[in-house]
Formats: sequence, C-alpha cells, structure tokens
Amino acid sequence: MSAMGSAVIMAEDEFTPPGPGDFNLPPIGGHDTFEFLGQSQYLGVTKPMLQLVLASVIVFVFFYLASRKRAMVPGKLQFVGEQAYGFVRNSMGRDIIGSHDFMRFVPYLFALFFFILLNNLFATIPFLQFPTLSRAGMVYGLAGMSWVIYNAVGIKKHGFGGYLKLQSVPSGVGGPILLLLVPLEFLSNIVVRPVTLALRLFANMLAGHLLLILFALGGEYLLIHGSALVKPVGILAWVLFVAIAFLELLVQFLQAYVFVLLNAMYISGALADEH
Amino acid sequence: MQTLITPLATRAAEEGELNPLVPHPIEIVLSLVVFGLLFYAVKKWVVPNFESTFAERTSAIEGGLAAAETKQAEADAKLAELEQQLADARHEAARIREEAREQGAGIIAEMREQAQAESTRIVEHGKAQIEAERQQAVTSLRAEVGTLATSLAGRIVGESLDDDARANRVVERFLTDLETIESAQVTPNGSGAN
Repeated sequence: MSAMGSAVIMAEDEFTPPGPGDFNLPPIGGHDTFEFLGQSQYLGVTKPMLQLVLASVIVFVFFYLASRKRAMVPGKLQFVGEQAYGFVRNSMGRDIIGSHDFMRFVPYLFALFFFILLNNLFATIPFLQFPTLSRAGMVYGLAGMSWVIYNAVGIKKHGFGGYLKLQSVPSGVGGPILLLLVPLEFLSNIVVRPVTLALRLFANMLAGHLLLILFALGGEYLLIHGSALVKPVGILAWVLFVAIAFLELLVQFLQAYVFVLLNAMYISGALADEH
Repeated sequence: MQTLITPLATRAAEEGELNPLVPHPIEIVLSLVVFGLLFYAVKKWVVPNFESTFAERTSAIEGGLAAAETKQAEADAKLAELEQQLADARHEAARIREEAREQGAGIIAEMREQAQAESTRIVEHGKAQIEAERQQAVTSLRAEVGTLATSLAGRIVGESLDDDARANRVVERFLTDLETIESAQVTPNGSGAN
C-alpha cells in the first residue's frame, strides 16, 4: 500500500497526501469492481479480508493451545493464556455485568476483545502493517452485532415494552420533562450507540494509520525532493513516525478495550432491573 | 471528514470519489461470519477449558484448606484430650496424696491412742499388783509380827498367853498404835498406807 502510494508520488513531482484511497487495497488477482451505495468497490479477496481470517485463526489456535493442558500449575503458555482470559473475564465480564449473569457473555467478550486487538495490532506488525478495522464494513458488522446482542438480551429479560421503557424512561423523573427526556434517552441508548461504537473504532484505526502514512511519505518526500534546508525536517518526520507508531500501539489496545468494555456496559445496562 | 477528502480531488478522477464511511458489503458479511466462527470455536473449545481449570484449581485449594482445617481440628481435639487427661491424673495424684496423708495421720493418732491406753493399762496393772503384794505382805507381816510378839511377850512375861482372845486384842491394839505412829512419821515422805 505504501509502496503503491509512494509510486504515485514518485511519478508526479508534487506531494500527494495520503487519503482514503490508501485504504482501498486492490484484491489479490483481478481488478473487477461493483457498485455499492454509489461507490465502486473491488470484487475479490483483499488483504484486510485475509487479515481478518488470520486474526481469528491466531486467536483460536493460541488460546486453544494455552488452555488445552489444563494443568493445575500452569506452564508459561498456559499462564499467559489464563492471564489474558482472566483479564477479559474478570475486569470486563464479572466486574461490569455482575457475578450473576456474566458467565453467559464471557465467550463473546473474550473472543471479541482478542479478535479486535489482534486486528488492530496488525497495523503495527511488520509486513502486515494494515489495520483491518480501518475498513468501515468490518466494523459495521461488529457494531451491528453488538447492537443486536445487547438489545436481544434486554428484550429477552424485560419483554419488548419493558425493555423500551427501561432504556427510554429514566427512573425518578416525572412530569412533562419526560416529553423531552424519553426521545433523548431512546436516541442515545438505542439509535446512536452502534454508530458511535463503529465510528470510534474505525475512525481511530483509519486516522492513526493515515497519520503514520503521512509522516512516512512526508518525510520521504522532504528528503528526496526537498531543498537541503528542509531535509532535516524529513528526518524529524521519521523520528516522529516511530514515536507515533508507539502511540498507535496504545491506541490499538485502548480501542479494542473500549469497544468490548462498552459492549459489556450495554449488556449490563440491558440486564439492569432499575435504570 | 470533508476536509480529509477534499485534497484528494486530483486522485478522485482516477479512483472515483472515495468515502471511507461507505462500507464494502462483503466485508460486513465476512466480519460477521469470521467472528461468528471464532466465537463458536472459543465458546466450545477454549472457555470451558479455562473455566474447568479455574474451577479445579479453586476446588483443589479449597480442598487442601479444608483438609488442613480438619487436621488442625483433630490435633486440637487430641491436645485438649491429652491436657484433660493430664489434669485428671494430677487431680487424682493430689487426691491420693491427700488421702494418704489423712490416713497416715489417722494411723498415727490411733497408734498413739493405743500406746497411751496400753501404757495406762500397764501402769494400772503394775499399781494394782504392787498394792496386792503390799497388802499380802502387810497381812502376812501382821500375822507373823503378832505371833512373834506374842511368843516373845509370853517368854518374857513367863506366862502363856494362851488366851487367844485377849492376846489378839493386845496385839491388835499394839499394831494399831504402831501404825498410827508409823504413819505419823512416814506420811510426809508420801509413801505408806494410811
């Protein structure tokens, strides 16, 4: 991708900033396209698709191997697996959903967290270096799934009407102010949540990677095409590139954490008896 | 988002207006399918393993703790029992010692009493014997002295004092006088019959 980007820049003698086009990787093999929502999309298997599959395979294989032995005194692999599993299970499952219900959701939260984390880390892992979840479609799928799950859990527990009341009518408030609050609560709890969930993750991954491309290509451009005076700025840009890459590692972890944490909180809110 | 897209005007002609918010439909489906499979596999093969490991570990620790507690309780009970036994034995020993002391004291007192009685009895017996012998001696002496004196007096006087009645009276009077004199002399010495 960056190879293609720089190739474009080298061809012209003028700096072209990276953009969403850098995230629209051509499929492996053909270049057929199709129209969707007024935008032409590549038809075929692309790199992020393979990464998505790879991430799920790695997550499963790693944790399967780690959990398979079931030793009383864990070895290194099992210890790491147990710590990772226990982190999601306890800090996001038990502490937020509550010890009564949380076990039902642990497999979901656990799989989701490490799936997203690994897909995010792919943006930093050498040779892959592409954030799978900077592709909006992938994130829409996950956010939509989250939306369906927490609403379904709530409806199953409280019934459709009871659940709508739980999410829309704040307790302890009465009178005409409800006219204002009910649509607001409904909007924020039912309508907006999947949108923010998706945009937060997708936009962070896209923007972070865009920033990295910008610093890398900008530094390159300054070094190759810039005058002697600005060449040191190109070096500085590369130094910043490394610094930002470390910052991105933190962001990648945090975004996976926040996505799953919010999932747990939405589920816990849908299960709550009193809003 | 708009500001991010506008600089791409140059490339837009080549690639078309790209909006990163517009999803690739296959990616939506793919992410759901891939995650669904991962979720299923994790739920079926990973989570139960971890959970059963945790549960086994917890029960092993709790079992160990429970066993240790049982052992501790047993040891405590045994210790209490031994202490009880020791206290009982001490108590018993003290009781026996006390009893022995009492018995010893009783025996000594009894012995003393017996000895006292015996000695009293012996003294009494001795006294009685001495008294009897004295009486016997006095009686035989008196008879002998009477006879001797009579025969002596008869010899001196030259006449037979065959008249027993008179002689006896004389002897008696003499002896009585003698006794009174004797007792008057002897009494201050604390001995002698009255």
